[in-house]
Amino acid sequence: MDLARTFELVGFGPDGWGAILLAGTATTLAAAFCGLLLSFVLGALGASAKVAGGPAARAAAETYTTILRGVPELLVIFLFYFGSSSVLGAIAALFQYQGFIALPGFLAGVLAIGVVEGAVMVEVLRGAFLAVKPGEIEAAKACGMNTFLRFRRIIAPLTLRHALPGIGNVWIGLLKGSSLLSATGVAELMRQTQVAAGSTRLPFDFYVAAGAIYIVITVSSGVVFQLAERHYSRGVARP
Amino acid sequence: MTTAVRLQNIHKRFGALEVLRGITLEAQEGEVLSLLGSSGSGKSTLLRCINMLEIPNDGDVWVAGEAVKFRAGRQGQSRTVDTAQIDRLRSRIGMVFQSFNLWPHLTILENVIEAPIHVLKRPRSECIQEARDLLERVGIGDKAQYYPAHLSGGQQQRAAIARALAMHPNLMLFDEPTSALDPELVGGVLRVIRSLAEEGRTMLVVTHEMAFARDVSSRVIFLHKGEVEADGPPEDVFTNSSSPHFQQFLGREARTE
Ligand SMILES: Nc1ncnc2c1ncn2[C@@H]1O[C@H](COP(=O)(O)OP(=O)(O)O)[C@@H](O)[C@H]1O
Repeated sequence: MDLARTFELVGFGPDGWGAILLAGTATTLAAAFCGLLLSFVLGALGASAKVAGGPAARAAAETYTTILRGVPELLVIFLFYFGSSSVLGAIAALFQYQGFIALPGFLAGVLAIGVVEGAVMVEVLRGAFLAVKPGEIEAAKACGMNTFLRFRRIIAPLTLRHALPGIGNVWIGLLKGSSLLSATGVAELMRQTQVAAGSTRLPFDFYVAAGAIYIVITVSSGVVFQLAERHYSRGVARP
Repeated sequence: MTTAVRLQNIHKRFGALEVLRGITLEAQEGEVLSLLGSSGSGKSTLLRCINMLEIPNDGDVWVAGEAVKFRAGRQGQSRTVDTAQIDRLRSRIGMVFQSFNLWPHLTILENVIEAPIHVLKRPRSECIQEARDLLERVGIGDKAQYYPAHLSGGQQQRAAIARALAMHPNLMLFDEPTSALDPELVGGVLRVIRSLAEEGRTMLVVTHEMAFARDVSSRVIFLHKGEVEADGPPEDVFTNSSSPHFQQFLGREARTE
């Protein structure tokens, strides 16, 4: 492999694919970030159902996590993408429309990876909540804090501190899972790399470059999460 | 004298285990009650029934002349009826736990000002000033900016007492406040509690410190298997209690001390 050639190929010169790969990277980050927001919302709902919900809520959360742990992520993406197309197609047919319509690939993909990683997030947040000492919550009750205040001032901050390492893992999962969006044609990093590799017939250079980009992202997010953990665990753990 | 707490025929069960079997008890304002009894006799549960951390299965609770509203729910589990009332009453009752239960993500100062600011909605600067005075008073004025994990058990317990005092409580509940401490740290915490008693505060103290019960409290209550077996001024109870269980209990405590 000719390193000089590789750098030129992935660079920003006249023959370089740098701008395209950069745009793909931005899309990857955007998809992973939207997925993180969705997985957090689903995780918080599922965890509170498991911890404090009635029998029906608990069963629903249990079903959600069990099913999504056992299904490949790519299948969920196809389900959202093509599944939405058959639903939307049926609705469109009512209005005499015959073409192919589906959720935009990006939206379907974000929904899919968010729902899949949301199942992981349920367990992350549930475990983190259970790590909060009951006495600390009791102390909040004893001084007259109402349910909402207790949650906002004591339970949520303590739970989040315990959850940070797990949230970091979910984020890495989302970054890698976002590559599956390429299967529905979303122009994220993986897809752009395939395109570049195909049209230059130099797959090795581009896949190595893409791998390097993924590693740079995951390693630097690891550093950010570690700093956050250190910052927020002041006081929680003995130094 | 006005009644600070009144318990009438309190029953509390955990599953099949009946922990409190009809407790009737009254504390007047300014009284210091020591609750004694062997482990498992229901002392903590009784204390926790006063601020509804445990809800009795039966009986009546009055705090500061106000009847606490609760009722038996399904499956024998009781529940409160009026959470706003409970929260309001709790804000007037300071509680100090055996395991301190300071909030680990807040500094000592933040622990003390947390409830005054957010529950009582008092101005922050005023709360900070008062918290500094309270921390000074319990002897940890230099630890305001530390996190709980960086303090010794004795210092944490004093911080927890300051946290309770910051709410200007009408009544203080102490649940074995020195039982989790290394022996050399017990004295300092007891001195703080004693100084509160001397101020004329109303306090209920679950304790295994016989000297404290004898010297500081105005009344001693001895619980045995969920019932009050002795109730009176310490000099009466300690010298001529007729309860054989109390004599046995004293013998056991003397041996472990
Ligand atoms: N939340 C609970 N659930 C089940 N059993 C409990 C609970 N709290 C206390 N108990 C039981 O009630 C009994 C009395 O406990 P406690 O009031 O802590 O006694 P003491 O303070 O006198 O040692 C013990 O046998 C204890 O195991």
